[in-house]
Amino acid sequence: MASALVNVPSKARRGTVIEIRTLMSHIMEPGYRRTAAGDLVPRDIITSFSCRFNGEEIFRADLFPAIAANPFLSFFTVATESGKFEFEWIGDNGFVANASAAIAVEA
Amino acid sequence: MNRMRNASDISRRHILQLAGTAALCGGLPIMTVRPAQSTPAMLASAIRDLVGEATVKVGKVKLEIPPLVENGNTVPMTVSVESPMTAEDHVKSIHVFNEKNPQPNIGNFHLGPRAGRAKVATRIRLADSQKVTAIAQLSDGSFWSGSVDVIVTLAACTEEVP
Repeated sequence: MASALVNVPSKARRGTVIEIRTLMSHIMEPGYRRTAAGDLVPRDIITSFSCRFNGEEIFRADLFPAIAANPFLSFFTVATESGKFEFEWIGDNGFVANASAAIAVEA
Repeated sequence: MNRMRNASDISRRHILQLAGTAALCGGLPIMTVRPAQSTPAMLASAIRDLVGEATVKVGKVKLEIPPLVENGNTVPMTVSVESPMTAEDHVKSIHVFNEKNPQPNIGNFHLGPRAGRAKVATRIRLADSQKVTAIAQLSDGSFWSGSVDVIVTLAACTEEVP
């Protein structure tokens, strides 16, 4: 089963830049490998990742087979107010996974 | 006689198979034809799809990948762009390309002024020693690029599935 790991500071001062790190377990089969019998292994990758904060999209990534298995992503955002980050991974064969994390922002 | 010919056939087939495996892995310098590999031309066309007729200036973009990679299956990559990240002047997106993987694209990252810092890190696959290029689109519509050459000892993407 898909399992996600997200790392968001639980609290931050207003206006500081914080790092968000995410890891999603996924094989990321590139679709170019062959078995010993010569059959092509079909592609099975995560194609899209997005991060929303209180409903507003703050980061999005289009992923290709050149992203390593168990895709790791690190990016930054400004802590503006307390709220909830929502993460979504979408991929081949109907793959969808979600995660969320809350942050408390102090003045 | 017959048996001898069979034996030589088998060994020849064996050698061909070995050569084929080597070609798939991209590991040996003797092979010249790789079935699934993008070319600098494919890279150029992927970049043209992104930037159109705009010129891409070199600078502002810093791409960090270890210069010598042992395992191409998971290569740490960090890309950052010099930008104040304000509403008037920020990075809209960062696009990472390669020369020699089966596909020229690695990833597209869309950010905005809210990011605060134009920096993204991930782990990528590299099928061969090659140049990796990142292109950033800024809010004023200009494109900037940065490149790095990487040497890969164990190739990714096209190896045989165990």
